[in-house]
Amino acid sequence: MSEKDYLKDISEIKNLMNKSSRFISLSGLSGILAGIYALIGAAIAYWLVMTYSGGTLFIFHGWVFWTCMFVLTMIALLSAVTGIILTTRKAKKTGEKIWDNSSKRLLFNFLVPLAVGGIYCLIILSQGRYGQTGGLMLIFYGLALVSASKYSIGDIQYLGYIQIILGLIASYYPGYGFWLWMIGFGIMHIVYGTWMHFKYDVK
Amino acid sequence: MSIITNINKLFDHRIRLGIMSVLMVNEYADFNMLKELLGATDGNLASHTKALEKAEYILVEKQFIGRKPNTRYSVTKLGKLEFKKHIEALEKLISKT
Repeated sequence: MSEKDYLKDISEIKNLMNKSSRFISLSGLSGILAGIYALIGAAIAYWLVMTYSGGTLFIFHGWVFWTCMFVLTMIALLSAVTGIILTTRKAKKTGEKIWDNSSKRLLFNFLVPLAVGGIYCLIILSQGRYGQTGGLMLIFYGLALVSASKYSIGDIQYLGYIQIILGLIASYYPGYGFWLWMIGFGIMHIVYGTWMHFKYDVK
Repeated sequence: MSIITNINKLFDHRIRLGIMSVLMVNEYADFNMLKELLGATDGNLASHTKALEKAEYILVEKQFIGRKPNTRYSVTKLGKLEFKKHIEALEKLISKT
């Protein structure tokens, strides 16, 4: 065997290791869209609270609170649906399977911390400690990303670390929770999505 | 002479190298998964896995999922070690030339 054959061997090893253990079709565009949804949702919530709750982000009452919750849930759903559609489309283009071992593991490792965090946030909300939820959402979402990153493109873990740091800051300064939430879920998603889009999608 | 001492004859085939690469990063891989990833035929893959099994580089487990027989493979400690040595030898070979 010549040197060239060995080089080819090594690049094939790398390729096989990636293909068999990582799901690489995550779409960058869906990240950008999720960020935009989050910003729109945050703007709606901000407007609601400013107009009907006397301008403080802490005193929620009745329907304002539930409308905010509804908006948040809608954002999460919309982001998930967009993500699934765009990722499926990309996987078809690259000939990758959408539902194989690597994508199952990715989803599982992502959903476990996320579900725990979601339930925890609901408990905190039921106790009326609204100020902590922004930070908690960021922290658990960040942990979910870090845990999923082993089974996808590695870059996703950096987004996770950033969310965790923002979340910790938000827990220390609950008054800025809303703005940090906007930076984390809105702006960071857009930045990350754009980065991914140009790094992997546009070729 | 010395630089090729660690090149493992047993790995000197595309399919075998592929099997090892997949098993290095996955806890298990079953026959169909390997077949799909490597683009090998049944007989081809079977003979290569047999060779690696004989050398005790991989572990073969046969089981039933429902009523379907399923064969899954995992890498042994020895296999991991030998594969690493082989890759290091390849790297050295490439950087030397």
